[in-house]
Amino acid sequence: MRPLPVGEHGLLIELDSAEEVEALHAELLRRAAGGALPPLREIVPAARTVLLDGLADPRGLLAELATWDIPPIGAGDRPTVDLPVRYNGPDLADVAALWNCTADEVVRRHSATEFRVAFCGFAPGFGYLTGLPEPLHVPRRDTPRTKVPVGSVALAGPYTGVYPRSSPGGWQLIGTTDSVLWDPRREPAALLAPGTRVRFVPQESTR
Amino acid sequence: MTDRAFSVVRAGALTTVQDLGRPGHAHLGVPRAGALDEPAHRLANRLVGNPESAAALETTLTGCALRVRTATTVAVTGAPCPVTVDGRPAPWGAPVRVPAGAVLDAGPATHGLRSHLAFAGGIDTAPVLGSRAADLLSGLGPDPLTEGTVLPLGTPYGPAAGADAIWHPGPVTELVLPFLPGPRDGWFTAAGLHTLTTGRFRVSPASNRIGLRTEGPPLERARSGELPSEGMPLGALQVPPDGLPVLFLHDHPTTGGYPVIGVVPERYLAPAAQASPGTPVRFLRVR
Repeated sequence: MRPLPVGEHGLLIELDSAEEVEALHAELLRRAAGGALPPLREIVPAARTVLLDGLADPRGLLAELATWDIPPIGAGDRPTVDLPVRYNGPDLADVAALWNCTADEVVRRHSATEFRVAFCGFAPGFGYLTGLPEPLHVPRRDTPRTKVPVGSVALAGPYTGVYPRSSPGGWQLIGTTDSVLWDPRREPAALLAPGTRVRFVPQESTR
Repeated sequence: MTDRAFSVVRAGALTTVQDLGRPGHAHLGVPRAGALDEPAHRLANRLVGNPESAAALETTLTGCALRVRTATTVAVTGAPCPVTVDGRPAPWGAPVRVPAGAVLDAGPATHGLRSHLAFAGGIDTAPVLGSRAADLLSGLGPDPLTEGTVLPLGTPYGPAAGADAIWHPGPVTELVLPFLPGPRDGWFTAAGLHTLTTGRFRVSPASNRIGLRTEGPPLERARSGELPSEGMPLGALQVPPDGLPVLFLHDHPTTGGYPVIGVVPERYLAPAAQASPGTPVRFLRVR
């Protein structure tokens, strides 16, 4: 655990793995819920870091962090969301070529993977989902699309994501879901918060 | 629609509804948003008797004009500009009584960029995640104003608290941005850090509510490659591959993959909101 200073009121805690990030994030949320964390504005988990911002005394928390015993994350700890998907994306064939398999095999491998929301960003409710093994990581498109349809299921690098709204984007589009990823009138607004487990369930009839 | 409302006669270059933003949702990818010149926003609200957190308008460079449906007290702060009511001059930086049906016009900024217009009772659009702020990066909150838009006003809170003195900002001839190094200053060479504190930078015309971009000498990196995405605070000086620092303002993305060489404390950000393209920028290391 390596802490880095972020302005006057922030700390960036750098960790060795996504699992350590998830464990520290879970511990921070546990302590916050129990009133055992000093007031702060944001806790932002990411790929290898957790940002703590809006702390009155970052050094004080830093000294305390060093004494914490952080339990590893357990499989049953986190909520699970199933997302029904039509694997009909325009880049499905390209991903199959990159994976050196058939489109049906892409569907099988992708839907057999248990994903986790490592962190959010890019747009409200856009989760970066980890879980695909390294040989299945794919590059972004050479030319980003100016408009990716809402609900597009997409791959880039080590991540899978679902576009909560229509936006430009350079990820490889493999399918579509009708699930509502983001609704500010709903509680919670984001279907995929950091730590959520996600499974993609193929809709047989629509590919 | 109630009589407590105004309609937009002249929307200006970019006029948005802002309050103090929606902190606490960065982990879901939701930017803070909120008034860029926060002291000016708070002052405008105080002048019309609102809580400082009430929703008001933020204009960009060219101001805006509005017709109120009922007599309303309005105050314009931030970038100084000519204020008129049905064409007659009215004070800037003071409560102005606008009669029912009259047009309040906040003209082009004489210097600075963003004027803040508060209305007694505040703008009463529906809050999203506890805030009425327009967030241009992710599209939350009310859309930027267009001509004909009608926005509702809340019930006035009572007499204005007033202010003993109104801070009248002079033209910014140089934007000085104090910063604390880190978290990724180690990604830059000593020469790169030296360039940041001694180089001649200017505000780029490509600046917006997401970030104040700069033009100037590129900062030399000590290491190449990509940084795994990490959380980005308000005030971060993020350095993309072109080597030119971008100061993250209120609509900035909550995570990003370019190194942050330093962070400008929030209390120094209001002048950045008022710095026009071409303004010289000096970065001042404070630790």
